[in-house]
This record gives sequence, C-alpha cells and structure tokens, in this order.
Amino acid sequence: MRAYSRPTEFNWWLTNRTYFFFVVRELTSVLIAAYMVFLLVLLRRLAAGPEAYAAYLRFLGSPGMLLFHLVALAAALYHSITWFRLAPMAITLRVRGRRVPGATVVAANYAAWLVVSLVVAWIVLRS
Amino acid sequence: MMMAEQTVAERTITLEVFRYRPEQESEPTFQTYEIPYREDWVVLDALNYIKDSVDGSLTYRWSCRMGVCGSCGMMVNGVPKLTCSTFLKDYYPRPIRIEPLANFPVARDLAIVLDDFMAKLVHVRPWIIRRQEEPLEAGEYRQTPEELDRYKHFSMCINCMLCYAACPIYGLEPEFVGPAAVALAQRYNLDSRDQGGRERMGILSTHEGIWACTLVGECTTVCPAEVDPAAAIQQAKLASALGWLRRVLVPWGNK
Amino acid sequence: MIHRTEPLWWLLFAAGGSAAAVLAPVLILLTGIAAPAGWFPQAFPYEHVRALVSHPVTRLVLFGVIVLSFFHWAHRFRYTLAEGLALKRAWLPVAVVCYAAAIAGTVSAAVVILKL
Repeated sequence: MRAYSRPTEFNWWLTNRTYFFFVVRELTSVLIAAYMVFLLVLLRRLAAGPEAYAAYLRFLGSPGMLLFHLVALAAALYHSITWFRLAPMAITLRVRGRRVPGATVVAANYAAWLVVSLVVAWIVLRS
Repeated sequence: MMMAEQTVAERTITLEVFRYRPEQESEPTFQTYEIPYREDWVVLDALNYIKDSVDGSLTYRWSCRMGVCGSCGMMVNGVPKLTCSTFLKDYYPRPIRIEPLANFPVARDLAIVLDDFMAKLVHVRPWIIRRQEEPLEAGEYRQTPEELDRYKHFSMCINCMLCYAACPIYGLEPEFVGPAAVALAQRYNLDSRDQGGRERMGILSTHEGIWACTLVGECTTVCPAEVDPAAAIQQAKLASALGWLRRVLVPWGNK
Repeated sequence: MIHRTEPLWWLLFAAGGSAAAVLAPVLILLTGIAAPAGWFPQAFPYEHVRALVSHPVTRLVLFGVIVLSFFHWAHRFRYTLAEGLALKRAWLPVAVVCYAAAIAGTVSAAVVILKL
C-alpha cells in the first residue's frame, strides 16, 4: 500500500509563528556582523586622523545610519536575550552533587552582561 | 446554524479529520464530523466516539490513554500533541483539525509509517556498552542516586515522536537522526555504567547527527515527558567540540 | 572536509555568540547612537577616543569581538540559507563562501587594529 508523503514546503518558516521568530533570531547575526563592519571602519578613520574621524561621525549621524543602528541594537538585544536563554542548556553544572537550576545560570549570564556593559560604558564615558 | 447558545445536552463540536485510504484514493481528504461535546473529553475520546458510533473506518493508534505509552501522537490544529492528553474544552467551540504527525509518511488516515524512527533509535546503540565486562562474581554495576540523576530525565522518553513532528530540520532533511535518538544516546553516554561514549560520538558527530541541529528548540517545547532533547543535542555538540579541541591541541595524548 | 572540521566552526560560532551577546548592545549604543547623536560630548572628542582605543587590552577585546562576530555570522548564516532555501545538507559552496568571508574579515580587522 502506498504511503503518502508530505514534504516540507519551501515557505515552512512563514507558516508558523515560532518558526518565523527562529529565522529572525538567526538573522540577527547578519545585523550584528554588519555593525562590526561599521565599527572597523570607525577604527580605520580614527587611525587616519581627526578630520576623517569627524567626517565619519557626521556620516553616522545621518538619519539612515541612525536608523540602521537602532535596528541593529534591537537585533543585538534579541540575540542576547535568546542566547542567554538557550546557551546554558549545553552545560550541566553540578555543585556538590546537585544540578544547578537553569534559572540560576540564566540569571548569572544576565548579571555578567549588565556588569560588562556598565564597565565598558564607564570606561568610554568618563573623561 | 443560527441557533442561540446550545444547551448543555445538545452541545456539539466539529472535528476536521485527515483521511487517506490508499486503496481508494491517491490524495488525502478531510472529513468533517460533528460530535457531542463533553467538557471532560480529550481528543482521543472524540476519535473513539467517531470510530464507535459514526465511522468505523477511521484508523489511528492509541493504547494507554494516560500519556505514558506514546502511541497517540497527532497534529491538533497544526501542533504535535498526545491526543489522550489534549482536552476538547481548550478548543471549544471552534473546530479542531486533526492530522497525522508531520514529517512522517502516512500509512492510512492518522497512522504514520514509523520505520525511520525505529531504525534511528537502534542506530545510536541505546544499551550499556562496556570495553571491559566485569565477571559475574564482582556483582552488579552499582550507581549512586547522584549518578542516576545525571541522565534520568533523558531516560523518560516515551518514543511518541512529537519532537520529530515539531523539528523543521527533520522535515527538511529526513536523514537527521533527530531529537529523541540523541536524547537516548545521551542517556547512555551519561550513565556511569557505560563505556561507549567514543563509539556513540562517532555516530552522533556527523552531519546527519547533531550538526544538522540549529537549536530551533521546538522538540523540547512539545515533549510531553520533559526530556529536553534540545539540551541533549547541545551537550553532545559541546562534548564533541571539546574532544575535537583536545585531539587537535594535544595530538600525542592517547585516549 | 567541512564536515570533519564542523566542531571548529561550531566553537567559533559559540564564542562569537557569547561575545556578541555580552558586548554588542553596549557598543552599538555608544558608537552608533550616543557618539553621532552628540550625547556625552565630553567622551567622544578625537584625542580621547584615540587614546582609549590604542590601549593593547582594548585592541585585543575589539579584535576578539569583531572577528568572533564574523565567524558567528558565517556559521549561522550558512545554516539559515540551507534551511530557509531548503538547500540540502548545508550545501558545501555556501559554507565555503561564508567561512571565506569571515576569514577575509579577520584579515581586514587585523590590519586595521594593528595600525591603531
């Protein structure tokens, strides 16, 4: 008797909310990498001198670039939130013979994120 | 149907059920049944009512009706569920669409062909592998409660295949060994009595093994037994990666 | 060949994901929004930023997060293309192009940061 096959459709990730947000999550890596390119260009302009740096800052201030960075920031935040939720499942920490609860590891990740962000902001912004 | 709200006695619910009868059709169809609605019924009760009183030709699998045998998995409104644990009242008064588990070929109506899954379960060597068997006189291989705890949740799998239905990678690449098989492999890898980790890693660390997985995570979401197969796969990836690093950085180290 | 080195790409992806998760938001906020928008004007004049960035630890951290983010993108994008376009088995040419792009990005980053 012939079994009936239902192959996955080309638009599989558009037909289901969870699958759609999975693809969005994966694509955040594109925006983050794009930002890193702009960051590298900033470093290059810094090495080139004060006029190059100032011109680049003006370019970054244009509406298009500000919009890009806002979208990139949203992507980075979505990446961070999903990463801290999912990455800990690869590690099973045991303290004194008992498994450390997932919530503890997630909280520790958020704490590290906050601390690092504050440290970086403080280093850059103090004068 | 322009009725005022139905009385309790005459409340009904609509089921749209996937039908496939290979001897009479080459394409599946949907058949609509309107059946009595009971607040304490699950989808399996509705299917049993249809088979007993309306249409005896409906084919589907079920057994324990209490969520431990893994037989009654189907797609309920597009979500993989155990029909014995899915209540009509969570859908009433809207119609419920019932289809066979996604990503598997359909044998008939709601019954899928599960040969691929069975083969994969065996493929990962789900038994205690010893390099060195102890003599009988040495007694049992003993295990502390802490050692049991390390793998116990991976042993709770009831082989219901909801995770395979939920996994889009399995749908796109049918060679993918799949969540339940990796969870089962990890159950033995983490068992203190087992010495087969290396052998299983050779099977798991392949493209159709763990590396096809991109952590969609739906397998863990739909699992009715809280096995967390996504975690099993990520742990296997980390173990494989660390083993790879060790072999690359310390090539003379022999283990 | 790509398949036998899979653990390497995955390790780079995991390291990149962790580095980006921790550092990307604050960096984007500072260099992409705060600096050009003129917030904290005392923090972003040329001399101050130049001095900040020439410190060896800063250069190392920046190199690390930039390069790891490139490899994170390469691995993730390779699989997303394979899945989203239903290409079978994370098709080899796609993988080669993605990792080659990341390697090119690494070389560029090294050149730029060494010259700081």
